[in-house]
Amino acid sequence: MIAKATETNGMHERLDQWNFVWAALGFGVVGTLTMVGWSLLAMIRAERRRDRVRRK
Amino acid sequence: MHGFANPARFLRLARWILPLLLVPGLLLSLGAVAWGVAYAPPDHLMGVTVKILFIHVPCVWLGMAGWTTIAISSIVELVWRHPLAAIAARAAAVPGAVFTALGLITGSIWGRPTWGTWWVWDGRLTSFLVLLFLYFGYIALADAAARDGGNGGRIPAIFGLVGAINIPIINRSVVWWNSLHQPPSITMGKSAIDGTYLWPLLLGALGFSLIFGAVVMARMRMILADIQTEARLRRKAQG
Repeated sequence: MIAKATETNGMHERLDQWNFVWAALGFGVVGTLTMVGWSLLAMIRAERRRDRVRRK
Repeated sequence: MHGFANPARFLRLARWILPLLLVPGLLLSLGAVAWGVAYAPPDHLMGVTVKILFIHVPCVWLGMAGWTTIAISSIVELVWRHPLAAIAARAAAVPGAVFTALGLITGSIWGRPTWGTWWVWDGRLTSFLVLLFLYFGYIALADAAARDGGNGGRIPAIFGLVGAINIPIINRSVVWWNSLHQPPSITMGKSAIDGTYLWPLLLGALGFSLIFGAVVMARMRMILADIQTEARLRRKAQG
C-alpha cells in the first residue's frame, strides 16, 4: 500500500496516491455490488420459500 | 399514502420499480465513477486522491440518508401505524450500515495520503462512527422485535427517532469543532466545488441513491415474503 515508503526523509514520505485511489474504489464498488447481489439473492430465496409453502 | 398500505399492492408496484431503480443506478454510478477517475484532473492540493471523493461522498450521503429513512419511517409507524413503515425502516438499515462502513473505510483511505493519518478522533469522524454503531443497535433491535411479533416494533421505532439526533451533529460537526476534515463544500444551492468535479460527483450520488432505493425495495420484498411464509406456516400448524 505505502509504495516507495523507504524514500522518507524526516517530514516527507513519498506515497503513490494511485494505490490509495484504487483501494478506495475497490472497497466502494465491490462493497456496493456485493450488497446488491446479497439483497437480490435473499429476496429471491425468500419469495421462492413463500411460493413453495403456498403450493403445499 | 394508506393506499400503499396493502402489501399485495405494494408488491405489484415493487416488482417493476426495482429494475427501474437498479439498472439506471448501476449505469449512472459506475459511469460517474469511471468519468471522475478517467477525466477529472488532479487537485492542486490533494493530487489524484481527489478521485476518491467520487465514491466516498455518495457513501457518506447515503449513510446519513439511510438513518433519515429510518427516522421518517419510524414517525409514520408511530403516528399513523402504517403497516409498511416498520418494514421500510428495517429494509433501509442494512444498506445504510453498509454505506456508512464504506464511507468510513474510503474516508480513512483518503485521509492517509491527504492528512498523513488513517484516523483522528475529531467530531466528524467520531460522530460518523457512532452512526455505524447506531445501525448495529437498530438492526439487532428490529430483528429481535420481528421475531417476537406483537407490539415490539415500537421499540426500534423509538430508537430510530432518538438516533436521528446524530444526523445534524454529523452535518454540523465540521462547523462546531476544529477538525482536519474540510468544512461543507456543498450547501443549499451553493457549491465550492469546480464543475469538473461537481458533475461526476452529483451523477454518482444520484446513481448510488437509485441503487440504495433498489436495495431497500429488494429487502422490503424479502421481509414481506418472510412474514407471509411465517403466517402461512402458523395457520397450517393451527390446522
